[in-house]
Amino acid sequence: MNRTFLARNPSVLIFLAVLALFTIAVTVMSEGFGMGIISTSFVKTLGKTLTLALIAVAMDLVWGYAGILSLGHFAFFGLGGYMIGMWLMYERTRQIVVDSLASSPIPPTDQEVVDAIGTQIFGVVGSSEFPPVWAFADSLTIQLILVVAVPGLLALIFGWLAFRSRVTGVYLSILTQAMTLALSLYLFQNDSGLRGNNGLSGLQNIPHLDHVPQSVLSVWFFWASALALALGYVFAAWIVSGKFGSVIRGIRDNEARVRFLGYSVEGYKLFLFTVTAMIAGIAGALYYPQAGIVNPAEIAPIASIYLAVWVAIGGRGRLYGAVIGAVFVSLVSTYFTGGQAPDINLGFYTISWVDWWTILLGLSFVGVTLFAPKGIGGLFDLWTGRRTPDRHGADLGPDMGSLREKEAEE
Amino acid sequence: MLKRFFLVLLAMLLLATQAFAQSEPGPMQTVLQAHAEVIAESSRRTIGPAIDAVAGSGLPQAQAVLEAWQAKDMWQRQSDGWFFRAEQIDASTYRLIDFDSGDAIGEADKGDLTQLKPNAGVRGLLGTALVQFQLLDPDPARRADALTSLERSANADLLAPLRASIDPEADAALKARKERLERLLTISYDPDEAARIAAIEEMAGDLGVDVRAALNPLVATTLRVYAGEVPGGINVARVLRPGSEALPRDTAYAMLAEAGLAPPRVTEGDVRAALAAHIDAGNVGGVPVAELSDPARRVGAYTALAAGGLVPAYRTEAEISAALDAHRFAQIYAEPSPAVTGAAEAALTRISTKVGLNQALDLGLDALSLGSIYFLAAIGLAITFGVMGVINMAHGEFIMMGAYTGYVVQQLIPNHTASIAVAIPLAFAVTFAAGVAMERLVIRWLYNRPLETLLATFGISIALQQLFKNIFGTQARPLTSPDWLGGAWVLNDVVSISYIRIAIFVLAMLFLALFLFIMKRTRLGLETRAVTQNPGMAGAMGINPGRVNMLTFGLGSGIAGIAGVAIGLFAKVTSELGQDYIVQSFMTVVVGGVGNIWGTLLGAGLIGGLQKGIEWLNPSNTLAAQTYMIIFIIVFIQFRPRGIIALKGRAAGD
Amino acid sequence: MSALLEVSGVSVTFDGFRAINNLSFEIGPAELRAIIGPNGAGKTTFMDIVTGKTKPDEGRILWGELGRSLLKMNEAQIAREGIGRKFQKPTVFEDQSVQENLLMALKKDRGPFRVLFWKPAGEDLDRVADLAEEIGLAEELTRKSGELSHGQKQWLEIGMLLAQEPRLLLVDEPAAGMTPAEREHTTEILVEAARTRAVVVVEHDMEFIRRLDCRVTVLHEGSVLAEGSLDHVTADQQVIDVYLGR
Repeated sequence: MNRTFLARNPSVLIFLAVLALFTIAVTVMSEGFGMGIISTSFVKTLGKTLTLALIAVAMDLVWGYAGILSLGHFAFFGLGGYMIGMWLMYERTRQIVVDSLASSPIPPTDQEVVDAIGTQIFGVVGSSEFPPVWAFADSLTIQLILVVAVPGLLALIFGWLAFRSRVTGVYLSILTQAMTLALSLYLFQNDSGLRGNNGLSGLQNIPHLDHVPQSVLSVWFFWASALALALGYVFAAWIVSGKFGSVIRGIRDNEARVRFLGYSVEGYKLFLFTVTAMIAGIAGALYYPQAGIVNPAEIAPIASIYLAVWVAIGGRGRLYGAVIGAVFVSLVSTYFTGGQAPDINLGFYTISWVDWWTILLGLSFVGVTLFAPKGIGGLFDLWTGRRTPDRHGADLGPDMGSLREKEAEE
Repeated sequence: MLKRFFLVLLAMLLLATQAFAQSEPGPMQTVLQAHAEVIAESSRRTIGPAIDAVAGSGLPQAQAVLEAWQAKDMWQRQSDGWFFRAEQIDASTYRLIDFDSGDAIGEADKGDLTQLKPNAGVRGLLGTALVQFQLLDPDPARRADALTSLERSANADLLAPLRASIDPEADAALKARKERLERLLTISYDPDEAARIAAIEEMAGDLGVDVRAALNPLVATTLRVYAGEVPGGINVARVLRPGSEALPRDTAYAMLAEAGLAPPRVTEGDVRAALAAHIDAGNVGGVPVAELSDPARRVGAYTALAAGGLVPAYRTEAEISAALDAHRFAQIYAEPSPAVTGAAEAALTRISTKVGLNQALDLGLDALSLGSIYFLAAIGLAITFGVMGVINMAHGEFIMMGAYTGYVVQQLIPNHTASIAVAIPLAFAVTFAAGVAMERLVIRWLYNRPLETLLATFGISIALQQLFKNIFGTQARPLTSPDWLGGAWVLNDVVSISYIRIAIFVLAMLFLALFLFIMKRTRLGLETRAVTQNPGMAGAMGINPGRVNMLTFGLGSGIAGIAGVAIGLFAKVTSELGQDYIVQSFMTVVVGGVGNIWGTLLGAGLIGGLQKGIEWLNPSNTLAAQTYMIIFIIVFIQFRPRGIIALKGRAAGD
Repeated sequence: MSALLEVSGVSVTFDGFRAINNLSFEIGPAELRAIIGPNGAGKTTFMDIVTGKTKPDEGRILWGELGRSLLKMNEAQIAREGIGRKFQKPTVFEDQSVQENLLMALKKDRGPFRVLFWKPAGEDLDRVADLAEEIGLAEELTRKSGELSHGQKQWLEIGMLLAQEPRLLLVDEPAAGMTPAEREHTTEILVEAARTRAVVVVEHDMEFIRRLDCRVTVLHEGSVLAEGSLDHVTADQQVIDVYLGR
């Protein structure tokens, strides 16, 4: 029991090694640093995929380990993107404005510069004033803090309200979905202060790095994403490996029992919900500069449900399962919906993957839920010989919502 | 022989009549000839007496003359100056028709005729003159047309003919319209102040938009600035003090500057332009250009320039105050009579109170109808989720399938009433089948695993959505309601509710009754309740839980399909239709209290009422209304975690 | 002897049904007590009320020397005060090893942050090993608890309760479904535990209660019908009428 953390979790080492190899391979093959086998846009896709894997790890913590099926983590992801996007857009616009005003005979005052930035950014929603939420947009440090603080705070408030009133199981899922819907509808408004459905755009242009070509930038972001994923993975593995992990898995399997052991279940859930929201915020802050644009559609409840789909397909309750699910499903989706996949001609009908991929994904998801609850990660069990305890027919465990424990007992 | 003789005789007779007509002008021709000069001149300023003479001639043919004149069909024969209506036969030949007899009197070459081309002003006067005839036209439809055009564009001159036409009016509805219009025109145009005020007071309790349209111009004001005190003899609405909320100082001073009563303020832009214009060897007013990014340095530089007399000086606060103090700002009524404006203000206040009350009623009706839509969308869910405890994320897609069923039926059966009558049972059948299939294939393997059910049904939901997108495309498909559901039940200009919404309300109530009947009075309901409460025991008593679950789920899905037809009648039918309702439907069931249909009803009412209420507070923003509503629900669940109507104790399962 | 737990005048109603009716109950700091009663007598509801799962409509529950009210506390706080509960059906965390189960129950700081940085010291592992010895699971420490037999799970749960070091132990039908030998062992564990703490056992099995050899409280329709030694209550005519006679 007292062996070192890594010794107890060989899968972490394997994962880190695979991630490192992958990073080196992509770097070598990239346009910016190597042979140019992989296009810049594909490097970006891979970088984005790594950040998706990071939020999937967060989702796995909160769902696979603690049993909270949150349908709101993509809202935190989007918020993280918005927070970094505000600085990127402000600073980038400031550069442009300062450059254009430099040619005028009288040097501009600070206020004139700010006004011009406001006109540039908010002209699209018919305004030129900076809303209060942009108060710190000029400071990278503060916006970076907000990347974790805003999702964390929202998760803290929402989680406190929800867990305090002992909303569990599917009710909690629906409630988180409602929260996500509320947030995205709010952001869709033009007077939300975040440019309504236009969202924040041009995020791929990093201020003060104009001289760096996108091919190089994309690799930098890829590295950052890989680093964040590595740190997030190790952090998550550390959380679940100790007694904390025991407690949250206990909460997942039998919330009431944990409570009668003297653990404040609400506190644990709130802690985990908030921490994973922060991780999601970081993942979003890395994703959107690679995507270039963040808008309220990204926050819609459907995105968070897809997140659950990734984790379920990859395999809940094991961190590498979440990563595999996110990487596999998002890359395959990109392949099929991007139009690269060849259409299948049946003679009487041509199956176009762009149209039929979602149907296939939906149905395969039903199939995974029914026939392979352990997901792709379950395949590793065949290899390692890990097996689940024989429960003598009592179907408790991660598959159960805590709501139904009582019924299962009876 | 005899025949030929008669023909000759007839021709001679005709010629004689014609010759007679030509020699002797008819009464209308006489009137026209009396004003021939002004008619030919056709100027708005001078034409008045001519029109009046024709209109006032008392001759039955006056209307025809005015109409022909207005339609540019009146021509003057150059040879004798007579006026005729002319019809074109070919490029250069016209048939002349005499006004008095209405007979064609022959043809003429275009070169011998002059067309009267009244300009827009004259035509307007002709129209006014015509109204009195049209208002008395024997054809009620034409009278109604005339009234409609009067309502749209009235003017002072029409008041008298309108009044004159009221008494002879035989049609009661038209008479009422005329009387109402007369009151409104009196308000706007009667020269007699007392009559106007009386009319205003008479209409003060009326909710019609037309009344407000007549009153509003009376209380319209313009903001004026006066040097010194406001002169007397002006109908002043109110005097505004600069610096008050209605008139900020900056606006007030800008008004002064615009009226030339004070020198304009020096703006930032002026300063920058002035500084740029006076750069001298890298310096402006002794300040290096590079330092001008500092606002204080800018002021210094500009002040230096002003001191040198190169630019106008800054206006100091004291100067601005003095200028503002020296002037009065007042809102002036366009209407000169204070008695009239006073009466109009009072009448509008009364009306707006009444409008407010009626709007509240209207809002209530809106909320009721939105609530019944939510109820309709949620009632299927109340069965599958509320009673059976199955989370079906594809519920919204069942609604969508019902709507598309309605659309397809309408493509096959063109009659809207018949197609709806076919679509409702068919939609039930389609979604019932889909529900049963889903229950058999997926859900029954996942009982007691609600989170998995949620995810699996979500998979079905996205697959179904995409499938329908592939079949029907992304654009919205129309589902047209039968004509008898087309209109609206209009109580007055403020309160109205469309029949379709009433129908949905009725449908919702029917479903409620159906639900209660099935659950409380039928074998299926009894078995369903037994199976959901204790499947093992129910099975032991000879109930087949699998069959009951299947049928109950099918029933809930089938009702969703019918709801889909109803929702499709007023919303666009797209593959995303269901998505718009799924979260609200779950909220309705959860807020109401799971497992209780009355709770669902209350939940739907609460959510509908709340959403309308918030929209009313912030009418421009439906998105925000939804946001606040969801936040409210999240907070609401804090206080009543089990919904409005909560099951207590052991039955609640905790 | 001052009472460790004092329940007085407690009533609770579910939808008009009075599950507990003006119940009063007391237990000292080191006492073994058995509660018996017919089905629906309110035994489980009584435990629910003491452990905070159900809030009573009226009455008071005082705890410990200071006489603190338990009514304002939630389940976790009451558990941390030193009241442990064992459910009718063994509820152990089946996906985790016996050792993890016991470590989780070990009396330590329960706050999320302290738990996050907590590492088991050598003495903690020794304590877990001792407990496992006591409940006869020393060989099974690294096995997943889901793989244990029914009786072993019951013991593991009792072991977890002991690891909590509660001052009051509420045990609901511990012997249900056990073999005679396992019952014997369970009796020993409970009697041993009651030397240093209060133990309340809810049980149907008269033979088991006789072996416990302790004071017995009989519940009927939500209130106390009789209290005293097993021989005393079994001689009580009322008790015979409502319970034993049937």
